[in-house]
Amino acid sequence: MRSRRDWNAAPLGQKLAAAAGLVFLHAPVWVIVLYAFTTEDRTYQFPPPGLTLHWFEVAFARQDIWAAMRLSVEVAIAATAIALVLGTLAAFALAKRSFAGKESITLLFVLPIALPGILTGLALLVGIRAVGIEPNFWTIVAGHATFCLVIVYNNVVARLRRMPASWVEASMDLGADGFQTFRYVLLPQIASALLAGGMLAFALSFDEIIVTLFTAGHQQTLPIWFYSELFRPRERPVTNVVAVVVMLVTLVPILLAYYLTKPDEQGPGA
Amino acid sequence: MLRSVSTFFQRRNAFYVSLLLVPPLLWLGTVYLGSLFTLLSQSFYAIDEFTARVVPTLTLATYRQLVTQPANVDIVVRTLLMAVAVTIACAVIAFPVANYMARYAGSKMKALFYVGVMLPMWFSYLVKVYAWRLILAKQGIVSWAFTSLGLQGALDALLATPVVGGPSLASSYIGMFIVFVYMWLPFMILPLAASLERVPASLLQASADLGARPAQTFRNVVVPLALPGLAAGSIFTFSLTLGDYIIPSVVGAPGYFVGMMVYQQQGTAGNMPLAAAFSVVPIVLIALYLTFARRLGAFDAL
Repeated sequence: MRSRRDWNAAPLGQKLAAAAGLVFLHAPVWVIVLYAFTTEDRTYQFPPPGLTLHWFEVAFARQDIWAAMRLSVEVAIAATAIALVLGTLAAFALAKRSFAGKESITLLFVLPIALPGILTGLALLVGIRAVGIEPNFWTIVAGHATFCLVIVYNNVVARLRRMPASWVEASMDLGADGFQTFRYVLLPQIASALLAGGMLAFALSFDEIIVTLFTAGHQQTLPIWFYSELFRPRERPVTNVVAVVVMLVTLVPILLAYYLTKPDEQGPGA
Repeated sequence: MLRSVSTFFQRRNAFYVSLLLVPPLLWLGTVYLGSLFTLLSQSFYAIDEFTARVVPTLTLATYRQLVTQPANVDIVVRTLLMAVAVTIACAVIAFPVANYMARYAGSKMKALFYVGVMLPMWFSYLVKVYAWRLILAKQGIVSWAFTSLGLQGALDALLATPVVGGPSLASSYIGMFIVFVYMWLPFMILPLAASLERVPASLLQASADLGARPAQTFRNVVVPLALPGLAAGSIFTFSLTLGDYIIPSVVGAPGYFVGMMVYQQQGTAGNMPLAAAFSVVPIVLIALYLTFARRLGAFDAL
């Protein structure tokens, strides 16, 4: 008889390969963090000859970085706000009901994520030129809101589908009207999904470059600042510091969103 | 008043749904679909040879230019080959990771692996690309590792390989290939692990009991059952590679890729019809690939 252990214990090679895969996925991030502290400012020499906090100071004093950062945050807030409203409306309409044409509408709601970003970007550029608008703050926001609303929609629709329809019925049977049912039954249920969707949307918008390069004109969001810096490497260490900052700004909301939507956790009201 | 209005809406289902759907549909319909159709129509517009202006007369000349000019065909073929190579490499690297996650990992280990694989997907895209530029640079970690292991010669030989080599890893097709594989690997691991989780252990035991060696079980039982996951993951790796223009412009050899061509033609070259036609290429290739993947049953695993 083959013992159970043969099936449950991984062969050593299998274990090593899996661990190596995980290390491969994470190592580059630690490299960036290390390079933000290097004393070498002209090459990408490894190992770094020495470590310093000097570049954080230099980056902190740079007005162009602050301006780009500010634009990125403003765009992300505006895009997230639009996405939250439109994504939630769509989720409520499509979560449980079925009607003619629902399939194609659902498809439309995944298209902005499914099609290559370059297509979305170029299409928006052609679109705004066709109606005679110069690229401005709101053209960036429009592009971001388009794919952010898909993220919000997905989060909210998943939560609504997990919620028993009987709750809404019970609320209505007990005499609550539409607004009361929304305020006291639906909203508490979807609150954490909204928060999670909003944070993912914020992170996605803050980090977006592929669509933004088309819709931004001459404006510089932080990713665009970063991208153009890659081709004029005047101060590499400052770029490294900004890389670490961008990582943190996108990672924190994503981790929060993860904990808010963890399925095995007792979420609020679940 | 509000009360009666809201009750009115609740009672009339169709009216209520359309009220909810109008704002998001209006947004996607005008901003997104409207733009897409404008773009598509531009690909059929002509370019005036003398003024280099776009003229709205319908023509297939741009598409003819796309499929007949050797330089353009080269770009499409180069992008396609890269996408295929990246997809195969992702599948090979993802398999042991996904297999370990699905079959061997205990519940704690499994949770760790799932978070560990998902997290890099959400790391800043540009920062990841930039990190690889540091790693692959002439004096970066990879060349340091080769040198300290006394394998400098091997790296030089690799870089001396015609076509795929280059002055350093950061400016060669090998480097670009590594970055693409890194970027899309999680998109392969996750669907693959999901489909491997659905392979019953009893089938593997049965295969072994009937005398199959592990390699035979792997080839004749595991791989066919994991095919939907492989196909689903490969859709991501394939289409993401086809549409990307940042990675080839930051890391890699001077040869153009479809995405870069789109960006360059709409910008400095100012040939919007050609840019539009090139942007249709990934969609056509993805559509062909989806038809192929559907035959493999990829959509059962999505």
